[in-house]
Amino acid sequence: MSSVKQNIKKITKMRLFFPIFCMILVLLINLIKSSAFFKVAVNNGVLYGRLIDIINRGSEIAILAVGQTLVVAVSAGTDISVGSVMSLAACGCCTMLAGYGVNSATSLAMPMIAGMIGGILLGGLCGAFNGVLVANLKIQPMVATLILYTAARAVGLVLCNNQITYIRYEPYKYLGNFIPGVPIPTAIFITAAVIAVITIFLRKTSLGLYIQSVGVNARASNISGINSKLICFVCYLICGLCAGIAGIVASSRIYSADSNNIGLNFELDSILAVALGGNSLAGGKFSMAGSIIGAYTIQAITTTLLAMGVSTDQAPVVKAIIVILIVAIQAPALRAWMEGRAARKLAAEKAAGQAHAGKEAV
Amino acid sequence: MERKKSLKGSMNGNTVLIFITVALFIAMYAAGCIIYSDKGFSHFQTFLNLLITNAGLICVTCGMTIVMLTGGIDISVGSLIAMDCMILSFGMSMKGLPCIPLIIFVLVIGLVFGLVQGFLVGYLQIQPFIVTMSGLFFARGMTAVICTKQISITKKDSPLFYSWANAKINLPAFLGYKNSRGKTLVPFIRPTVIIALIVVVLVFIMLKYTKFGRTLYAVGGNEVSASMMGLNVKRTKLMAYVMSSFLCSIGAICYCLNTMSGSVQQALGFEMNAIASSVIGGTLLTGGVGNVIGSLFGVFINGTIRTLVTTNGKLLSSWANIATAALLCFFIVLQSIFAYVKDRRKA
Repeated sequence: MSSVKQNIKKITKMRLFFPIFCMILVLLINLIKSSAFFKVAVNNGVLYGRLIDIINRGSEIAILAVGQTLVVAVSAGTDISVGSVMSLAACGCCTMLAGYGVNSATSLAMPMIAGMIGGILLGGLCGAFNGVLVANLKIQPMVATLILYTAARAVGLVLCNNQITYIRYEPYKYLGNFIPGVPIPTAIFITAAVIAVITIFLRKTSLGLYIQSVGVNARASNISGINSKLICFVCYLICGLCAGIAGIVASSRIYSADSNNIGLNFELDSILAVALGGNSLAGGKFSMAGSIIGAYTIQAITTTLLAMGVSTDQAPVVKAIIVILIVAIQAPALRAWMEGRAARKLAAEKAAGQAHAGKEAV
Repeated sequence: MERKKSLKGSMNGNTVLIFITVALFIAMYAAGCIIYSDKGFSHFQTFLNLLITNAGLICVTCGMTIVMLTGGIDISVGSLIAMDCMILSFGMSMKGLPCIPLIIFVLVIGLVFGLVQGFLVGYLQIQPFIVTMSGLFFARGMTAVICTKQISITKKDSPLFYSWANAKINLPAFLGYKNSRGKTLVPFIRPTVIIALIVVVLVFIMLKYTKFGRTLYAVGGNEVSASMMGLNVKRTKLMAYVMSSFLCSIGAICYCLNTMSGSVQQALGFEMNAIASSVIGGTLLTGGVGNVIGSLFGVFINGTIRTLVTTNGKLLSSWANIATAALLCFFIVLQSIFAYVKDRRKA
């Protein structure tokens, strides 16, 4: 009996328990609602199904979650500019490819790869800007990123001359849709590649360890010989690059740069992914796998909400409540209160037991 | 020698920040008067229009300053305005409800919203940014839940509300000027300006002369020592967020009187304007320093940028956002440098 209890306790104490539990919960709700949820079919030579849709659409959130996890871990603050940076990267890429002020381009002004890399670098530039403000000037992360949260979208509008720039060039659509002859959506490959590169980077170098160390105590790490500022800067830079990649994928899906709508509300989604992944928003230790599972869970929630007839404008209500619930559960104050209550209960029981024993002795 | 020392003592970093703000406002306004003199920028009415269009922002910035004094931040204000405006316009246009109960309802919503946020920040000690960011998305989503269309309030829906929105309060005639046809135009303000100015005065008095106001500064300056002094830090934080959301609701009513409409995309990025105004006005992001008079000048600078961009006519409206963000960045960096210098001097 007690061994079962212990085993359950062991499982619930595991790091990935919370994200996997949430994921299974969401999938179960979907399964109960419609039995066709897990069906995967091949249609016109490409994979088709709700599950594939979730994995495909969740790509941007997963890519953002990779960067966001590092930022949260290193600085105990979140980068709220990721959504706007996505839109800026998309606008930059489309403007470079189509030329300034061109509304719709069928032929490109420069090689497609160059434009895309330009867009990603633009994201990296934004990340570097945030990084300098946070690491070198010691400004609270959220205030520093608030600047680009507003400005990046506005700069994107200026780059696009206040219009939606369309790239009507077939290969540009490959990234967000399908490469002819490949049944799996391209975005999944890109996500896998980003995750693989970052994981190798964290595992093969000591960067991952350094990030956790700086996140736990920046001063102590600095004294023990880690360049805290540089580590912090690198994390923001990676986050910006990730936002750039996500922006290019999002732009490729609709083969245009819609500054007002690309990456809208994605900052919330990426932070939610990190929180759902069991990572503490107070920084320190992190689990990349948890964040990625969290990202797909968010997409599953979004898809479920949309299927239930909730509009994209209304969906944030539910997500905001989930964020607050997760963070409230994590809150040290609440935990201390709960532990205090348990301790009081135990003490009361003990006192009652003693009183009882005392009575018996008499 | 003695006098020089005291002068140096009074000219610390924060006074310098406010001095820069006022100088910047005067410089910008003067530049506007010179560049756009043909477009009537130099008339007194332009300045009054600045007050009229930014009445809502002034109320919201006062609330933001209170929260920032405690070392927190409230980025839910823009969405809360959208939600309040939607409630007002939806209630009046679609449901035909009278405006006074609706206004009271909106104010109550502000209080409840602030209570929830304040509880989460003060008592559960969650980061203010996470709490208010959830509030931001929650309120924006609720706006869409109420109605996804753009609703305008017309005279038919609520004659009382309409008459408030269009009421002109004339200033003394000697401040007027003659237009090209020789007719004297008397400068005027709207009732929203009076609401905003009353809010500024009340908040100024509260911060300077009441126990609660001084507690706000103490909590923002050093939370630990404030709590050691026996001040109730948790309750103070809770009250700060309640006040912010309540003032934001008052601001929303002013905003709605100006725009006479409600939509999901309304007041997008308004939190940025409020935070920028507060920071430009000399409120430190770390808390403990700042006052509403500085914030008022922050709003003026913010409004002047917008007026300059719209007066030009050729520039995209997003340039105003970029300029505000750049100015915010400049002042944040300036604050950071002052803090660094202060630390060095101590060491």
